[in-house]
Amino acid sequence: MGTHMEEEKNREAAPALISVHPSQNSVAVSIGSDLRVFDLHGDCVVNLVDDSGGPSHKDCIRAIRYGANGSLFVSAGDDKLVKIWSTHYWHCITTVCSEKRVSAVAISNDSLYVCFADKFGVVWVVDLHGLDGSQPLINRKAAPLLAHYCSIITSLEFSPDGRVIVSADRDFKIRVTVFPKNPLDGAHEIQSFCLAHTEFVSCLAFLCSLDHPQGFLVSGSGDSTVRLWEISAGSLLDTCDVGTKAGLLQSDGSEEVVSTVTALCTIADTTLVAVAIQSLRGIMLLSCDLSAQTLSIAKVVSNMGESFIPTSLGSSSAGLLWMVTGASNLHGFDNASLSRVKVISGLKTINLVSVVNDTTVLDDNKIPGGVKLLEKLQGHVCVEEKVFLLAAEAVKTAMSNLLIKKQYSSEKREFRKRTRNDRKIKVSISAAAKNRCPNNF
Amino acid sequence: MLENEANPTISKSTGLPRKRFYRARAHSNPLSDSHFPVPVSPSRFDLSGHYPQFFPSYDQVDCSKKIRFADIGCGFGGLLISLATLFPETLMIGMEIRDKVTEYVKERILALRMTNPGQYQNISVVRTNSMKYIPNYFEKGQLLKMFFLFPDPHFKEKNHRRRVISPHLLDEYAYVLGIGGIIYTITDVEELGDWMKACLANHPMFEALTREELEVDPVVKLLNSATEEGQKVARNGGQTFQAVYRRIVPSVC
Repeated sequence: MGTHMEEEKNREAAPALISVHPSQNSVAVSIGSDLRVFDLHGDCVVNLVDDSGGPSHKDCIRAIRYGANGSLFVSAGDDKLVKIWSTHYWHCITTVCSEKRVSAVAISNDSLYVCFADKFGVVWVVDLHGLDGSQPLINRKAAPLLAHYCSIITSLEFSPDGRVIVSADRDFKIRVTVFPKNPLDGAHEIQSFCLAHTEFVSCLAFLCSLDHPQGFLVSGSGDSTVRLWEISAGSLLDTCDVGTKAGLLQSDGSEEVVSTVTALCTIADTTLVAVAIQSLRGIMLLSCDLSAQTLSIAKVVSNMGESFIPTSLGSSSAGLLWMVTGASNLHGFDNASLSRVKVISGLKTINLVSVVNDTTVLDDNKIPGGVKLLEKLQGHVCVEEKVFLLAAEAVKTAMSNLLIKKQYSSEKREFRKRTRNDRKIKVSISAAAKNRCPNNF
Repeated sequence: MLENEANPTISKSTGLPRKRFYRARAHSNPLSDSHFPVPVSPSRFDLSGHYPQFFPSYDQVDCSKKIRFADIGCGFGGLLISLATLFPETLMIGMEIRDKVTEYVKERILALRMTNPGQYQNISVVRTNSMKYIPNYFEKGQLLKMFFLFPDPHFKEKNHRRRVISPHLLDEYAYVLGIGGIIYTITDVEELGDWMKACLANHPMFEALTREELEVDPVVKLLNSATEEGQKVARNGGQTFQAVYRRIVPSVC
């Protein structure tokens, strides 16, 4: 039974992921167990060197990311391995074994700690002190940092000032925890909970500016909203119902469109948030007014081909938005893993009007790194576009299987309680009261 | 009133619900997905239904009046009922995951309110999984007391993560408890007693009450005597193990 379930799970499609170096020195894409990196600085393909002595990825990678200063990179996923890479020569510094599958990762702003969340709701911390980048770290163990009670953690973010770590889960919760001086002893002080979402929280990102260095949190959810939060008190500042807008754009009239927010990406030095939505071909750009504390839809960028529903977003200080769509473990294809990368330019501006007018989806040969980059990150230069709708569909199914709870109507719940002693008697009394039958004496 | 219309689940002599109609399994899996309604956030937790005398309507909720005591896994509600008259102005809530048991406590409180006008208005019960949803019910620092009386011991090591007192869950209890708030735990299982004491002692945001403090606290005496489980242990001449800790400001963080 257990192994059967395991196999079932393994067959679930995993989305393609993208992450961009903060200064756009390199771009990484993961698809299935495959990690692909392109060096934009050297304009060449990166060959990953794994001399950490640990095993390499064997199963779907579920989380990849660069550290804030770009020196570290982490990849982790269903094979319970957390691989920490130095981005200088792209060699693996250490491989940490997790007890459970890994669902999210984060790197502290000083690059001294790597945190990862497992599917049982525990966030672990790995201490990287003593790391000089040249020597592999042997036998680094992870210590438990905090836990959401047996809920899948979907996203993990450090605040821009590094003071707190934010974790989001399947049970609609966002927890803001003070990141302690010695995290190996655990993070016990909860700063706040951000509660208002009415479905699983899928993604988190921070927005900050010179006037607001502490930053504001934005979160995306299965309830088709993106919400803006002040994290020290956990107060909800604004809610942007992206589902309504996405629904309007897609409307063929008949069927109800589920507009789960799947990915969020803030654009450095701006107050823009790029949003990927399960049913939206393209992306939505939200604009945040940090002084008025509002979040509104600035633009929908949809002129990127019929079938491009991004599965992951990334950006750098260069003002480009990098997008990938694709999935691994697809059924019925010779090539079971597919990915497609696209880039939007024209985001790096303070002026909202120019954002609305200047955003351009770059042609393949205009993308930094050009065709060579696409060849590496996609595996192929040309991929038949239609397939990506199937990939998006597979990712959608996998996501709802994982994160959406079964819903039972109240009638159904009551029906299941019909034989209970306390109920049976109450029901028969009320029935008797209704038809007052004298023969019952 | 016709004889056969009297509700047999309610005792004729006391007016209280009869336990035999509310028998439930002793255990419930806290890891399984819950299908009962949970408030989105504490501000959306409607108190008017729970404490009608304190909150005449949903719109006129007096925000200063908040729940201060929470009995986690309240069972058949013995402790709540004792506390209700001891602290008549304090709102308290029992949290219980078993539906039938929750129904029983609900009926019991309603019956007590009927037979004792003006009393027992400050206690109520909610069916929930407190291990998952504590932050949905209480704001930061809202609670003064939390009770964990005779919790499920979960002997197997594999199931220790189902224990209601655990290092990670104490972080959440520390969040909802105000500074100086008190956690009361008691069990008749020595191994679990040691575990709960160790979890609390090792947590930077809790310190043990002194013996003198325990002696003057009227609530400590109720831990054994007020609950159905405690009475059962006493009947069988069993031993109990308690740990009572105060929420403090951590010295280093």
